[in-house]
Amino acid sequence: MMTEADVAAKVQERFGGRILAANAFRGQSVVTIAPKDLREVLLFLRDTLAFEWLIDVGGVDYLGYDDGPGKDEREWRFEVVYAMLSMANNVRFRVKVAVADESVTVPSVWDLWAIANWEEREVWDMYGIVFEHHPNLRRILCHDEFVGHALRKDYPITRRQKLSAPSENILCDRSEIA
Amino acid sequence: MTSAPGSTPGRSTTEVQPLPSDLLTINMGPAHPATHGTLRLQLQLDGETIVNCGAEIGYLHRGFEKQAENCQYQLVIPYAERLNYMGPVHNSNAWCHACEGLLGIEAPPRAQALRVITSELARIIDHAVCIGTNLVDMGALTNFWYMYNYREKIYDLMEELTGARMMVNYPRIGGVCLDAPDGWLESVVRVMADMQEVVAEVSGLVSRNRIFMDRTQGVGVISKEMAISHSVTGPCARAAGINWDLRKSQPYWGYDKLNFEVPVETAGDTYARTMVRFREMEESRKLVLQAITSIPGGAVMVTDHLVALPPKDKVYNTMEGLINHFKLIMHGIRPPRGEFYSATEGGNGELGYYIVSDGGPNAWRLRIRPPCFANYSVFPKIITGQLVADAVAALGSINIIAGELDR
Amino acid sequence: MGLETQVTSPFLATRMDEVINWGRKYSMWPMPFGTACCAIEFMGVVSSRFDISRFGAELVRFSPRQADLLLVMGTITQKQAPVLKQIYDQMPNPKWVLSMGACASTGGFYDNYTTVQGIDEIIPVDVYVAGCPPRPENVIGAVVKIMEKIDREKAADWR
Repeated sequence: MMTEADVAAKVQERFGGRILAANAFRGQSVVTIAPKDLREVLLFLRDTLAFEWLIDVGGVDYLGYDDGPGKDEREWRFEVVYAMLSMANNVRFRVKVAVADESVTVPSVWDLWAIANWEEREVWDMYGIVFEHHPNLRRILCHDEFVGHALRKDYPITRRQKLSAPSENILCDRSEIA
Repeated sequence: MTSAPGSTPGRSTTEVQPLPSDLLTINMGPAHPATHGTLRLQLQLDGETIVNCGAEIGYLHRGFEKQAENCQYQLVIPYAERLNYMGPVHNSNAWCHACEGLLGIEAPPRAQALRVITSELARIIDHAVCIGTNLVDMGALTNFWYMYNYREKIYDLMEELTGARMMVNYPRIGGVCLDAPDGWLESVVRVMADMQEVVAEVSGLVSRNRIFMDRTQGVGVISKEMAISHSVTGPCARAAGINWDLRKSQPYWGYDKLNFEVPVETAGDTYARTMVRFREMEESRKLVLQAITSIPGGAVMVTDHLVALPPKDKVYNTMEGLINHFKLIMHGIRPPRGEFYSATEGGNGELGYYIVSDGGPNAWRLRIRPPCFANYSVFPKIITGQLVADAVAALGSINIIAGELDR
Repeated sequence: MGLETQVTSPFLATRMDEVINWGRKYSMWPMPFGTACCAIEFMGVVSSRFDISRFGAELVRFSPRQADLLLVMGTITQKQAPVLKQIYDQMPNPKWVLSMGACASTGGFYDNYTTVQGIDEIIPVDVYVAGCPPRPENVIGAVVKIMEKIDREKAADWR
């Protein structure tokens, strides 16, 4: 029986110095890595440790979190969280990517897991984090005329933006449904 | 007109020329009867065959996550309930379960059993309406009345338990708000006895029905690989042959002590999904009955004064009780700093809550992992190459709930 | 029905408004614009236990051009707002609007960047129904309220 701590140890062993932070809380383990290592780490998890499932991708904005920039060890503002699941070993694991600010891009993994297509669009919509090589990086939840990124901590909750007309063409790129 | 000998009567003897045709782009939704809510599909058609498809979501994006960052943990319960409004109480049960995980506490056994009962009732009404409306889209209206009538009976149970029909706001962090009233568990047993009749009636009407089988078999096939790549979970994944149910594999609320099966089909098509739902309703019925017979006694809330409100007589008659009540209402429940992911098996698949806590009374970040989001992302893929009518049948069987799709 | 005993003359003298309003109010054709939870409760309103057909309004039309009662059920987001406006504009006169539930009436407890704070920012509303979601009896009560309103109208006003 593999636990999350075992997975974390294996990832530590394999990537060692490239891991920016590793935390454990209530039996759940998570490692933080740089964007350039993302695909390598996820592929290692998928192919070596049988994490076939990318369950979820979500962003977090740490602006003003009390260990935010300049206060504690966290030197980045955003994180993108990849929640993985291995059905074969019945274990979960999370990988976080540190994104210093909106100028930093994260490699897309939509060619590895198709679900990442929509999830990355949502992260972009809500946080403005750009995913490289994404086929169709446009807003998914907010409307097309929306300005700004709603889930950032500096976006006021009640700043409303009106939409004049629904978008005409929403067909996707053929490659997305191939 | 007489036809030449040897040719088909009524046909011209000259070679049939294909008609010149263009691709036609049509919109389905966001206000369309078959989209069950607020989905928008744009279909590019060659004749009646779909050659490309765009799915736009977000028409019911209600800002759940932002709203949840701006209110206390216990105030998220009613918001959570409105995620999957087909089976509301499961979402709030799962939310409280996630908060308990973050706090490192566990609800008392009786509360857990009550959660199992209410969550399974929610699953039954979710599947009942999913099957009913899916059949309406295919022209079989009667089943909807049968199924909805049964849903009303479960609404009655909920009303007896909590005072509300649908949005019940029943669980609390650390338990549930009320114990079951006298005789309630017996009424649940009675209503469960009626269920077999309803399910037998509806499945008798459709499961070997030639029209239904022709409309659904081989339609909207989600293969196993597609399911993994799109992270499809729940009944849709089980219809594709993935034997995975969080109640079995990562049990919570004492599901490991209850005896039930995980229905699995292999075809992955609309028919298989409907059949999985029928069987899941039956398994849920068994679970409810087992939970009732094995329900333990005792309290339904934890006694930790940092989590649970004190009893009302303490609030009104003692200074400590009043202060405790005031502190919890005004300053909220304060979990430690950290992050926590909690997943439960919702009506449509894995319902996950990812909470980042900064030690304050509000979640710093609350991310929902809604099953519908992943399940719907596969939809453009499975209907490309099929007919418009198939798209309607397949959409109903995936059971997209806009509330949790868009949050 | 016993009505035949009442017929003493083949003619009846009444006001045009009375006849027109009588016809309108007992045969409303609702267009359900259901977006969220309230739409599920509306299913309860149309199904057998509550059965809105007792009030002549059961024939739901999903085409706005064939409907005269717009039922807005559920949260309207900024993304949805132009769609709602367009549907309202497509409905021929006379038309009435029923706003079902807290979200449609006021935005409900979703006070944030994406929700419209009440559909009356976009279209006129005749009856608001409170509740989250309202009980089916409440919705039927609102339909009856619209009937009473129709009773007081002058047909010529819709010209």
